[in-house]
Amino acid sequence: MLDYKHPEPPQQDKRWKMVRAEMRRHGYSPHALIQVLHAVQSAFGYLDNESLRYVAQALRVPLSRVYGVATFYHYFTLKPLGEHLCVVCTGTACYIKGVPQLLTAMKDEFGIGLEETTANRKLSVTSARCVGACGLAPVVVVDNEAHGNLTPDDLVSRLKEVTEK
Amino acid sequence: MDEQPIAIKTLTIDGKEVGARSGDTILQVAQEHGIWIPTLCFLDGLTAYGSCRICMVELEGNNRLFPACVTKVYEGMVVIIHSPRLEHYRRVIVEMLLSERPHICSVCVSNGHCELQTMAQLLGVTSVRYPYLMRKHDVDASNHRFLHDDNRCILCGRCVRVCSEIEGAHTWAFSGRGVESRIVTDLDQPWGESESCTGCSKCVHVCPTGALIEKGRSVAEMAKRRQFLPYLTVMRKEDAE
Repeated sequence: MLDYKHPEPPQQDKRWKMVRAEMRRHGYSPHALIQVLHAVQSAFGYLDNESLRYVAQALRVPLSRVYGVATFYHYFTLKPLGEHLCVVCTGTACYIKGVPQLLTAMKDEFGIGLEETTANRKLSVTSARCVGACGLAPVVVVDNEAHGNLTPDDLVSRLKEVTEK
Repeated sequence: MDEQPIAIKTLTIDGKEVGARSGDTILQVAQEHGIWIPTLCFLDGLTAYGSCRICMVELEGNNRLFPACVTKVYEGMVVIIHSPRLEHYRRVIVEMLLSERPHICSVCVSNGHCELQTMAQLLGVTSVRYPYLMRKHDVDASNHRFLHDDNRCILCGRCVRVCSEIEGAHTWAFSGRGVESRIVTDLDQPWGESESCTGCSKCVHVCPTGALIEKGRSVAEMAKRRQFLPYLTVMRKEDAE
């Protein structure tokens, strides 16, 4: 059998230790792909090509499959997010109750749409299929705090408050 | 050593009584007996995938529809291949496939050699009742021999399967989900820069539409040659045994 050496992490960064620990816990099994990607995502906040490549090599999973998994699940992001996160619910109830208007207001005020980040890395906007609070539609989750029955003005002032703090 | 006797099941497909080995799928049995069931994502030699839903059939006594390519036969099964409900669903599926990407046969390099087009004709699709989504997809011409055009892709997954199952390179995979789904090479990098692609052209030849094509061929020459596939599968199986 060929001698197999686990590849070295792409950078000298302490956070890779956490990722390696996760890999070791699963015995570098290809099945651990999602858990390991979770570890990378929570350690670095996003998955760049370099880390995807490293995970693929270490777990011996084809690159294309790693990319497929990383883009399939909403939890993973391939671009670094901003300091503050605004998750807009795009479920049916929220959509009918005015999510498009909220998005237009954000576009006008901050110049970003869904899945985008402001140039100063202060704010990111992402979407969720349904946050399970349809009674409060339209719902937006700002830094893990849910806000319901939002009007475009409410949302913009809330986001300004958060980003200018 | 005594060989396990093969259990024989008898069933009715489209009013015809047929015998089958247990473990066979409805589609296998139908093909052995020369009964045509429309398929799109299925390709002999690759694992059945059940994604296109064109091969859906009715089973008597059951209200659900079953994909023939992955449903195993059982004793006394009564399979209905043609019914107004099935014909309607199949047409709707083809129409939705056509409207999902800008499928316009008259300007397509695979015009006349396209399985989606053929299927539409066989099922009597004369018009598409849904508005075309007309999403813009880039064409990847970075590979020096082949071209990848997402605008013609129906996400049947044949390229993905042939690349991982037969070639073993696993260059292709699906990325994204739902309407955002696309096939990608490696980390969504240009095909020509892919490190895993061996340039074997199997994906090009199993592609049912003009999504993967050979460069430098005209519309009339764009026939796909996939005779290799059943041979490769059989030879590999013999090698393994």
